[in-house]
Order: sequence, then C-alpha cells, then structure tokens
Amino acid sequence: MTRDGRALVVERLGKRFGDRVAFDDVSFELRYGEVFGFLGPNGAGKTTTVRTLGTLIAPSSGSATVAGIPLSAENGPAIRRRISIMPETPGLYLRLTVIENLRCFARLYELDDGDLRIERALRAVNLLDRVDDSCGSLSKGLRQRVALARALLNEPAILFLDEPTSGLDPLATREVHELIASLREQGVTIFLTTHRLDEAERLCDRVAILNRTLRLIGRPEELREQLFKRALEVRVRVPLADPAATFGGLPSVDGWQRQGPSGYRLAVSDPEVAAPALARALVKADADILSISEAHHTLEEIYLKLIDEDVEARR
Amino acid sequence: MSFSWTRVLAIFTKELRDYRRNRFVIVFTMTILPLIFIAAPALQLLTAPAVVATSTLDARVGASLLPLLLIPAIVPSTVAGYSVVGEREQGTLEPILITPISAEELLIGKALAIVIPTLLIAYAIFGIFLAVAALFAHPLIRSAIFAGSHIPVQVLFTPLIAGWSIWVGIAISARSADVRVAQQLSALASLPPVAVVALMGFSVITPSIGLAVGLAAALLAFDALGWRAVAAMFDRERLITAART
Repeated sequence: MTRDGRALVVERLGKRFGDRVAFDDVSFELRYGEVFGFLGPNGAGKTTTVRTLGTLIAPSSGSATVAGIPLSAENGPAIRRRISIMPETPGLYLRLTVIENLRCFARLYELDDGDLRIERALRAVNLLDRVDDSCGSLSKGLRQRVALARALLNEPAILFLDEPTSGLDPLATREVHELIASLREQGVTIFLTTHRLDEAERLCDRVAILNRTLRLIGRPEELREQLFKRALEVRVRVPLADPAATFGGLPSVDGWQRQGPSGYRLAVSDPEVAAPALARALVKADADILSISEAHHTLEEIYLKLIDEDVEARR
Repeated sequence: MSFSWTRVLAIFTKELRDYRRNRFVIVFTMTILPLIFIAAPALQLLTAPAVVATSTLDARVGASLLPLLLIPAIVPSTVAGYSVVGEREQGTLEPILITPISAEELLIGKALAIVIPTLLIAYAIFGIFLAVAALFAHPLIRSAIFAGSHIPVQVLFTPLIAGWSIWVGIAISARSADVRVAQQLSALASLPPVAVVALMGFSVITPSIGLAVGLAAALLAFDALGWRAVAAMFDRERLITAART
C-alpha cells in the first residue's frame, strides 16, 4: 500500500493502435477500499484501459502507478502479482474441476498457503460444495463465481472486474452483485468496468464515464449536480388556472415548465427554500396537491446526456 | 523476477490433465495415429525377402523404420499447433497472462506437457516394433535390425525430432489467428527433419556417422535454443488484442 493510501494513480494515460485511439488523456485516482465504477459504451476503451493498467498492453502515452508500483514492462510481473483482473469471459478450463482450476492459479502465484487461500476464496463466493464439479458442467453464473474466486486467490490490492455480469440472467446477476457488495464490505478495492448503470449506481462509491476520453468523474450525486439543475416536481389533481402567477416570484425558483397534464417541473437553486414557499403558493391557489418532490436524475440520465453530447460533437 | 519451476509445473500439470480428458487427443492423436505409423513397418518387416545382399537388407530395414520417426514429428505437432492459439480462442489465455508467469515459463510448461507423452508413445511403439521383429521376423532381418545402428539412431532422433516439432508448432501457434491453420502449418513444418532422415533411408543422401552426428547436433542446438526464440516471438499485447477469427 502506498503511504498516501492511493491504490491507483493514472496520469494522462493513452493507448493507440496505429491510427485508432483506444483511449486518450485519462487521469484519475483510486483510494484503497474504494469501489470505482468505470462506465462507457461499447468500444469506449474500458477493457483496453484495464488491460493497460494490468500490464497486458503497453500504454502509448502517460503514466500510472498501480498498487504503489510504477507502470512499466519491467514491473509487469510485480504489478500482476499484486492485482487481479477478472475478464469479461470467465476463461476456465472446462475439462478441469473447480479445485483443479484454482490449484493451477494458486501455483502460478506461488502461494505457500494455496489450499487455505482456495478455501477462503471459495467460501467468499459460496462454492465450497462444488469443488469437485467439472467447470464445463457449471452454469454461466457459477462459472463467473469460480472466475471471481480465482481472482481473489492472490488477495489483490486492486481487483479489476471487467463487465462481471455481462451475459448473465437476472438471478445470476443478482448473485454477482451480492458478491461484489460483500467484497466491498470486506474492504477490497474494486475497479468495476460496466455499461450497466444500475450496477454502478448501486455498487460504486465513485464513477467515471469514459468515451475514449474521460468525460466525467465523481460520486453519482455530484455528477447529477454538475450536469443537471436541481428541480422540484409538482403533481396536482386539476391543472392550475394560472401557473405563471402561482410560481412567479417564488424564492429560489428560476423557471418552470409543464410536465404531463397536471404536473409541473420547477428549476430551483435551493429546494429547501423553494419547497415550503411552493406549498404555500399552491394552497393559496386552491390547488389539490398530490405530491411535491425533488427531481432525481438517474445515473442513466447523466450517462445518456454525456454520450448524446459526444454524438452531437462528432457530427 | 526469477524463473519459477513451480509455475512451469502448474502449466505442465494443467495441460496433462486437460489432454487426459480430451477424447480427440487421447483417441486420435495419441492412439490411432501412432498405430497407423506402426502398421506399414510391421508389414514390411514380415513380408520382405530376407535373402538379399547385406547392404540392400540394411537399406530396407532403414526405410521400413522411417514411419516410426513420423510419430515424434506428427503426434506433437497438432497439439503444439493448438497450444497458444487454442487457449486464446477458448478465452483461457488472458487469465493466465494476468498472473506473474513469464513467457518462458508458460512455453516450457506447455512443451514439457507435449514432449513427455510423445516420447512415451514413440518409444512404446518402437518397443512393440522390436518385439514383433524379435518374435516373428526372419532371422536375417532380425539380425539386421538388432545388430545395425538402427536402434541407437531411432532412440537418439526421436526426442530431437519431437523437440523440433514442438517448438516450431508452438511458434506457429503463438503467431496464428486460427487453430486449424496453426495445426495444419505445424504438421507441415514438422516434416523437414524427417525428410532429411528419409533421404538418408532411401540412399539419396549417403548415410554416414558424420552426417547423422551433424544432423543430431543441429537439431539439438535448435531444441535447446528454440524456447528462447519462441519466447521472443511471444507478444502478450498481440495475443490479447488481435481480433479473434
């Protein structure tokens, strides 16, 4: 662990394949114990970034420090010893049993207490009862769990999970989410690449949105504030006779618009000041109030707004 | 980071387990293919006329033994051709490359897992051939087989040819994008040393101790340096990022 508690420091990192830019000018930091979501559409460069940080691919520009070790070809084995990557496909030897797969990797990491680590990893993914099953006989979800156990064997300083729920059914997805949540509780530093926004919103402390370059980084609520004006949503039983008069002059209200037949959305600078004044104004206007709530932008809305901006910019 | 025999052993054990449970490798590559190669020499041995000049008899015995040298050439070539590109296609290469293993450790582990069963099969088949000769061959033919230099040549060239075949096959596998192409090219590339031996067998090249020692030395040098050359060709980035076909 670095003295300053930073698990990952990435500075202006980039990778090109000939003329094609996989990702460029990417900078961010990740602290130990954090769950960091790395979001982006297909082809945004997420997997290439992970492979670069995992020393499988040499960067074209920039620098990084991974688990306290400067990223370089010479440091590759030392970095790979301290991290784990679970690729999108589990990549298990299907003719071998669960325990045979894990023993092979325990030896590759030269673990003295291999059997103990295997048992711990299997317990973490609830697979102790399937050790002698051939991996070819397991469902997709169970294979993903074996791959996760394999990634935990070396007790990594950073665990990179590349699209861990890709291709899984809802039940298997839920199981993987629960596993990630339990790893988070155990203090494992996780770098999660995904294009499932619900997954990132639910599991991650911070998220970054990549679309070849890093578009945004922060806590989901910070991103909402950064991208969207705060708003109050009002629903009344009957449309207001004169909404402009009702909403005009209210403190902290910057504007309003109709939302559906009897709903309104008010752009506000401070909801805590605006909401009580709004309630009083509605009562004064004889409105039957059904609800007043602060508008909540999902991570999906943030993501789609950014990607739409990129699409517009490229036109 | 120092070379680790533990990691080599991990790959070696994994590969052997995988072969053992792969019916194609066990039934076809390791059983039917070697039996095909023993059929012709055994028939020739039992049907060839024995009362001929000693040099003619010796040349015939040499020629009849040639198919047995195809075993260490052909049997490992298809498995070696699969070794890297096959793992890449089934998605198991990336998890391996994510560990601290070096290219040399990975390649030596794979090569050992191919060479050991190959030698066991090649020597077992040769042993069967010698047993058939001892029991059923004409005394003159038997004497030509056991008294001449055929047995030491066979014993010496079997591992040397296997080594060539394995390193060439792994090299092709590490640079190929398709398993079938890699296996076909590997089988083809395994033949040159056998061709030289065949030319000697058919007296196109006059066999001599000097030539045999020279050829053996060249193969030995290739086998000893092969892993370094193949390791230099082993490009993690290309293997990970090149499009799968």
